Amino acid sequence: MPTKPDLRPAGERSGQDTLVELRDVEVHFELRANALARLIGGASDTVKAVDGVNLTLRKGEVLGLVGESGSGKTTLGRALLGLVRPTAGQIDYRGRDLGSLPTRELRAIRRRLQMVFQDPHAALNPAMDLQTAIGHPLRIHKLVKNRAEERERVVAALERVGLVPAEQFLAKLPAELSGGQKQRAVIARAIISGPELLVADEPISMLDMSVRAKILELMLELKNDLDLTYVYITHDLATAKFFCDRMAIMYLGRVVELGPTEQIFADPKHPYTQALLRAVPDPDPERKVPRDLPRGEIPDAAAPPHGCSFHPRCPRAFEPCGWEGRDLRAMFERRWTIEGEDTYAAEAPLVEGLEKIGPGEEVATLTVPSGRTAAEAIALFDAARAGLPDDPLWRGVEKITADGDRAVTVHFRKGIDPALLHVDGVDVACHLHDPALRPSN
Amino acid sequence: MTDPVLSVRDLRVWYGTERGAVRAVDGVSFDLRPGETLGLVGESGCGKSTLGRGVLGLLPSGTKLGGEVNYRGTNLVTTSARDIQQLRGPELGLIFQEPLTRLNPLLRISEHFEETLKAHEPDLSKDEVRHRALEALRGMGIPPTRYRAYPHEFSGGMRQRIMIALALVLRPSFVVADEPTTALDVLVEAQIIGILADLRRNFDTALLFITHNLGIVAEACDRVAVMYAGRIVEQGPVNDVFARPQHPYTRELLRSTISLSTTGLHYIPGAPPDLIDPPSGCRFHPRCPSAMQVCPQQFPQQVDLGAQRVECWLHGPHALIPEGGEQPLVREEITVADEA
Repeated sequence: MPTKPDLRPAGERSGQDTLVELRDVEVHFELRANALARLIGGASDTVKAVDGVNLTLRKGEVLGLVGESGSGKTTLGRALLGLVRPTAGQIDYRGRDLGSLPTRELRAIRRRLQMVFQDPHAALNPAMDLQTAIGHPLRIHKLVKNRAEERERVVAALERVGLVPAEQFLAKLPAELSGGQKQRAVIARAIISGPELLVADEPISMLDMSVRAKILELMLELKNDLDLTYVYITHDLATAKFFCDRMAIMYLGRVVELGPTEQIFADPKHPYTQALLRAVPDPDPERKVPRDLPRGEIPDAAAPPHGCSFHPRCPRAFEPCGWEGRDLRAMFERRWTIEGEDTYAAEAPLVEGLEKIGPGEEVATLTVPSGRTAAEAIALFDAARAGLPDDPLWRGVEKITADGDRAVTVHFRKGIDPALLHVDGVDVACHLHDPALRPSN
Repeated sequence: MTDPVLSVRDLRVWYGTERGAVRAVDGVSFDLRPGETLGLVGESGCGKSTLGRGVLGLLPSGTKLGGEVNYRGTNLVTTSARDIQQLRGPELGLIFQEPLTRLNPLLRISEHFEETLKAHEPDLSKDEVRHRALEALRGMGIPPTRYRAYPHEFSGGMRQRIMIALALVLRPSFVVADEPTTALDVLVEAQIIGILADLRRNFDTALLFITHNLGIVAEACDRVAVMYAGRIVEQGPVNDVFARPQHPYTRELLRSTISLSTTGLHYIPGAPPDLIDPPSGCRFHPRCPSAMQVCPQQFPQQVDLGAQRVECWLHGPHALIPEGGEQPLVREEITVADEA
């Protein structure tokens, strides 16, 4: 079933030329803990906003970057325009690497790479009338000779985005416009310099539902008329399904699934994609809220989970997904949420040592407080396992041993970082699709 | 059928401005029974939030309130501010849109609960307060380990769960939830909708759920009221209204929603009207594709169609429509200059 009208004649649909090629792109932000750490220059935490992304953007396509907040989709979109510098990897645009180009050259290229922002109320200078705001790129890039020509171009852009009669809008300030009109003005400013790539970061999420369709329609028309390529950043799967040719599902800085939109919706492969699709509220009253949603939320990007970042929330996680000491703490929190405060009060002191376990420990040692024994702690682990026998965590536990009388060691199975695998026409980063790793059943 | 917890009759909320009175809510009536969730939907500026606040008496000074809000035999419209303050919390609850700004950053979660419980139930012992708070948090899936943490240590979804727990710890029988999931991610939103759905089953709480997302209404509500320009233009069971919308506005709103089954784009031209000087007759007539001659002339009557109640001349009563009134209305063209 076609998911959207294809406005192009059949001969032009191939669009296979590469416009931008991303290779192992990383954008890491350093967090400096305090003044002392800065002085000593010791190890500081790093937020891996984008962590090793490979993507090919084809000319004329709409590529969706889809994910929740904190997935790195906006940072990746900004890196595509050279608005943030990647800390590693290449962004190849027409033979030049946007990541390492000097600012001066980058600025000249940006005429061809433009952005539509999420919040139209914040993207326009409240003190600039529309003529000044929309004509701004023309002056910056020196695309016009005089004011008359600039005005002419601005009028054409306003008409192009449907703000007609244009003369009425030239002198308007953003405060005099509705949300939909502001977003049209933002789009006019983006197209006036003649770009070939538009990165649209949630362009309709702040708009009223009655105008969302209008703005999407405008963007489709512009793409057709001006031969644009879009990167559409969104958390809304319904519009992504309608609007995108291909989608990259992102989770904690990485692409976990990449492929043609129709295929991903017909047969989502990654458990995270499957969860996202189940969670979309649908106006069809026959559909009810799914009961088996992933628990929790996107984890802290400064200390991401070991192995597959999604494993702590994944209902189908198994042995090689990257189990570690910190998962024990989360398991006990689940146990105490279910069992109540009495169980919590009785058990918490015995496993207090779990708080000290750092990220990535596949062999986690828990010191038992004085007056208690390792045997008691092992008995508690057994009770926890009996209480939550289906918790995926137990698939990752190899063995639990006593180290003398005062310590218990939990040995996890070796975690493997999932790489993108090519399966049935899509790329997916999940061990469930790796014939060498997946469970036999 | 059980008696309604809340019965609103001809509620009007008018704000005074320099240009005149804004009729944000203009003659709204509905009932809410125990354990029932009523979804309130409409475009921005149609009066949804004002209605939600108006019912709880939480409006800025200078607001004119008229009509009746009957809560268990008390008309909240005529109740003194002091008395209504006593009801808020133990009887009437509110869940806000932005959990990030509604918790005090300097107070631990435990202190939020202590303050709330002590204010309304001063006889509770310290242990009882702790027990009640932990039970409320547990119902929202917040582990007891986090009881002494500060708001900034939680994610957005957790904070919204805490807000809900805080509203429910006093066991109110009526709660207004004003866009409780708008600031949240898809998965977290689905989790919160699940929690709110459990709520009505387990606690008999009546919920007024304000949202602009029709998908959420379909999944979390029993009945739906569609608001336009300060009026409820259609209300009824969600399944009936969504399957067979009777008001052209409901129909157009459903069609313009982009869902997973959307194959073509559709939208409602124009924007909601200025509520200082709304259009004559039916307020939707300038945007209505089915408008008739009678629509701008006379205010439509409320008509009951099975379980649905709708305010539209298409459904009569035909005896009241003047001769020729059913002829289609020639509409002025709506340009982008008037869009939302």
